[in-house]
Amino acid sequence: MEDLLQLKNIYKDFGNVKVLKDVNINIKKGEVVALIGDNGAGKSTLIKVITGVHKPSSGQVYFKGNEVVLKSVAQSRKMGIEAVYQERALCDQQELWRNIFAGREITNTFGFIDIKKQRKEAEKILRDYIGFTSKAITVDSTIMGLSGGEKQGVAFGRSLYFDSDLIVLDEPTMGLSIQETEKVLNFVKGLKKENKSAIFIDHNIIHVYGAADRFIILDRGEVAGEFNKNEISRDELVKKMIQLHESGKIKVND
Amino acid sequence: MSAILNSYFVKTHRLEISITIIAIILFLIYLIGAPQVFTRFPIYRAFMQSMPFFGIIAISVTFVITLGEIDLSFPSIVGITSLTFGSILTVTDGNFFIAFALASMLGMFAGLINGLLVTKIGIPSIVATIGTLYFWRGLVNVVSQGKGVAIVDVADGTWHHALFVEKFLDKIPAQFIWFIVLTGLMQWVYRYHKFGNHIHFVGDNKASSQMMGINVDNVKIIAFVQLGFFSSLAGIFTMYEMLYFWPTQGSGLMLTTLAAVFVGGTSVFGGKGTIFGTFIGVLIIGSLESGIIALGLSGFYVQFINGIMITGAVTIYALIQRKKT
Ligand SMILES: Nc1ncnc2c1ncn2[C@@H]1O[C@H](COP(=O)(O)OP(=O)(O)O)[C@@H](O)[C@H]1O
Ligand SMILES: [Mg+2]
Repeated sequence: MEDLLQLKNIYKDFGNVKVLKDVNINIKKGEVVALIGDNGAGKSTLIKVITGVHKPSSGQVYFKGNEVVLKSVAQSRKMGIEAVYQERALCDQQELWRNIFAGREITNTFGFIDIKKQRKEAEKILRDYIGFTSKAITVDSTIMGLSGGEKQGVAFGRSLYFDSDLIVLDEPTMGLSIQETEKVLNFVKGLKKENKSAIFIDHNIIHVYGAADRFIILDRGEVAGEFNKNEISRDELVKKMIQLHESGKIKVND
Repeated sequence: MSAILNSYFVKTHRLEISITIIAIILFLIYLIGAPQVFTRFPIYRAFMQSMPFFGIIAISVTFVITLGEIDLSFPSIVGITSLTFGSILTVTDGNFFIAFALASMLGMFAGLINGLLVTKIGIPSIVATIGTLYFWRGLVNVVSQGKGVAIVDVADGTWHHALFVEKFLDKIPAQFIWFIVLTGLMQWVYRYHKFGNHIHFVGDNKASSQMMGINVDNVKIIAFVQLGFFSSLAGIFTMYEMLYFWPTQGSGLMLTTLAAVFVGGTSVFGGKGTIFGTFIGVLIIGSLESGIIALGLSGFYVQFINGIMITGAVTIYALIQRKKT
């Protein structure tokens, strides 16, 4: 399989706090990679480096074989990277039709928003991608009144609507009902058919194991282990995580 | 009745409707209490003459407040740009274009400094703009040495004087027409331009905005720059109206301008606001002093009633807001 995204020697500090330390990761086309690790391991920070929210303190990023310097979210989107963030990245007091297109509004040459078109497309996303059936939610609803699952739906629908090669999902099943979780997991599995890649972060190893091809374990900012699905059973993966949690180390050849 | 109260328009425009009702009640009080003044044209002409000076800035400040920021330096930006405009107009013997260009560029530069202090240095806007408030006023004092600048000779009777402040059809002061036009334009930008959209998002949630690909720093900087520009514009209007610069010019604008924005219903917490509300806020705050005196109350009541208006209006908004969530 062809390489889609490569991270080489990525470091990221926030002031004195070293959050990522020499991270090397490789994502192939059509591959779903699970990123697992404790709270505070640096998973969200790592994906924000990929989506252009944070600039790495040092290290290189290659996309489709070319080195890129990610300067902004806009640039990473243009390359074909979409994200559903752990925080959902929505603004509470603004309407759905504005939230879906924030940062990439459909405008005329003078920068005025094509309201009609944006609302129409938002309508489509609501219906086709999110499958909202509740009449109470329209494109004119603000985010404030939505439930956790509905917010998640909006963030999800938004990332699907825009064409991409890589979708990053940071704890997408957090706070969802069983059916909603099922939908998300099926969606992740479906990505492979379209030859899209995904990075999937989830606390639940059962979710992760079913959906991913490969597992990368992040521990205190470093890659502590990497396994292909055919190399490790679900129980072994769980055991490794417990081991890591208790001893702070992974025995690679256990 | 309840169908009207539950309609989409009413639900989404509660603030605008409340402020309009408050303004109507206020003007009814004026009309009933002082019909001899308020059934005649001159008082309205006086309002149209005086309100645009702070009204233009109030519209512009609404953008900054919606961002969740504040700018206290605009009174001094009015001062320094007025001085610049008057001086350049004098030395160029009435060259409007050069004077306008330099004054408005200085205004934008002053806004840029505010924006950079807030975004790149990380100083809270309330602190940064107290600093620049003193800085620009201090510079006015140093440069002018406390003396005024008369522009009667180079401005009176010119086309640009007519364009800015003379009466349209012998009745409507030109500055009021400008004020209406600018309010309409800025309302459009606020609601439907990418920039206005970003202002709302950044004021609502900075971190989310960043993740959505909005350049938060740039949005803030542009907001301060446009306020610098509109402050210079207000300064130029004042210069044409008064035909004279005095070193304290603009310093009386602070509280009326901010009061108009908050009475108008824009949230101090950011993310939500209304240009139309600010416009009505300008009509309310700008009419109080004359209104109170026409009603036969002494001038001592002006601040007292101002206080009641502001506190009353923001209390109503807080209650509306609480009902919603
Ligand atoms: N913007 C930031 N500024 C300072 N520290 C941060 C910032 N973002 C994350 N961190 C810190 O980086 C560490 C990793 O956080 P995060 O990437 O969110 O972990 P995870 O997603 O694996 O739970 C935490 O200690 C967190 O406090
Ligand atoms: Mg996280």
